[in-house]
Amino acid sequence: MIAIINYGVGNLFSLESSFNAIGEDVKVTSDPEDLKRAERIILPGVGAFEDAAKKLKSSGMAEPLLAEVKRGKPILGICLGMQLLFTKSFEFGEHEGLNLIPGEVRYIGEVIPAGLKIPQIGWNALQLGIRNEEVGIIKNEGEYVYFVHSYAAFCDEKFITATTNYGADLTAAVQNKNVYGVQFHPEKSGKVGLNILRAFCEVSLC
Amino acid sequence: MITKRIIPCLDVRDGRVVKGVNFENLNDVNSPVELAKFYSDNGADELVFYDITASSDGRKIFTEILRETARNVFIPLTVGGGISSVKDFERVLSCGADKVSVNTGAIKNPTLIPEAAKLYGSQCVVISADVKRVDGEFHVFARGGRDDTNIEAISWIKKCVDNGAGEVVLNSIDTDGVKKGFDLEMLKAVGDVVSVPVIASGGAGCIEDFITLFKTIPSVDAGLAASIFHFGEVSIQDLKVRMKAENISVRL
Repeated sequence: MIAIINYGVGNLFSLESSFNAIGEDVKVTSDPEDLKRAERIILPGVGAFEDAAKKLKSSGMAEPLLAEVKRGKPILGICLGMQLLFTKSFEFGEHEGLNLIPGEVRYIGEVIPAGLKIPQIGWNALQLGIRNEEVGIIKNEGEYVYFVHSYAAFCDEKFITATTNYGADLTAAVQNKNVYGVQFHPEKSGKVGLNILRAFCEVSLC
Repeated sequence: MITKRIIPCLDVRDGRVVKGVNFENLNDVNSPVELAKFYSDNGADELVFYDITASSDGRKIFTEILRETARNVFIPLTVGGGISSVKDFERVLSCGADKVSVNTGAIKNPTLIPEAAKLYGSQCVVISADVKRVDGEFHVFARGGRDDTNIEAISWIKKCVDNGAGEVVLNSIDTDGVKKGFDLEMLKAVGDVVSVPVIASGGAGCIEDFITLFKTIPSVDAGLAASIFHFGEVSIQDLKVRMKAENISVRL
């Protein structure tokens, strides 16, 4: 079973539907016991970092999540859920994340040329990171996926499995051992997105 | 680089797509779910569902249709029509909509956009404006383009964006249905004052109209149309191949 963590941030209907569409047994849950039972865990999220980080902690799901990750269970963070995997974020202040991947979340306006619209909203192409061929869930160079974001992760390139170019190369997908993250929305990226979710469902359990 | 988006719009009444459509390989051409799937499989970057139902029964059917679509179609889905409160936002978002477009609701209730943006984020809130020239000025029209509000459109749209709208759909009543091209003058006027994505609507009659749109007004991010796609006059795939040949960034 795949557990989608429900901690009161955003709507999970499409995400749940996308796993159903690829034939996976999926459960949207706020019960820590489900994380123990699950084979894989999804950490979703939309909205602001600080609010989401607080809600995740107060939901009582953060500790059990960290315990399962430590046991080697694959976890996939999506959009803000991916940003929460990092050490800290500078969205409206400075806020601590789960620190599962060393790195920071910063405003994309710091690196992209002036005049480009923020947030980046729309379909953009994936460029494979340097270590993708070993372990990544992003298989194909140049495929288009759907982004909606004003902040992006900045980290050692050894964790970056894909980037996307929006005036500058921005982190699009990351991995640190069994911890996976995507900045874009695979559940809104058509067949390409479903294939990426399928690939996550096929990564071997540590 | 980010691509220009092509967006078919489906008007739905009592659970059916209103404008008759004509496609091969599509059994029920008036089924919103079937049509949404068809467009998604054939290159649409996003879909807009517009609820033109008047009754509350019809609204329930629309919500169920939306749910069924979101179960089967995995591209962004914008929902509009009859959105007048944050309750309406909640109703359609919980059924799988990604963005909600407000029109008359934002005119009647000035706090709707800021409230919704605070609750769901700006990326969720789309201001859809029906605009027409009146005595040399752009005016916002309400109730599906029937009522002149006497509000000057460009500054009003800018205010909506400042209040939290994350995207603008600009529908020119002057060019809508004429099929002689988008309203470039109006689109430029809006693109010059907002820094969020602008979606052009009203006037597309052929592939060339989209090429002219994206080449002439770089601040436009997407083109929206209904009947030319529904009637098969323009196939999204053909349109995108042509866009690519014209060096317009596009997802193929």
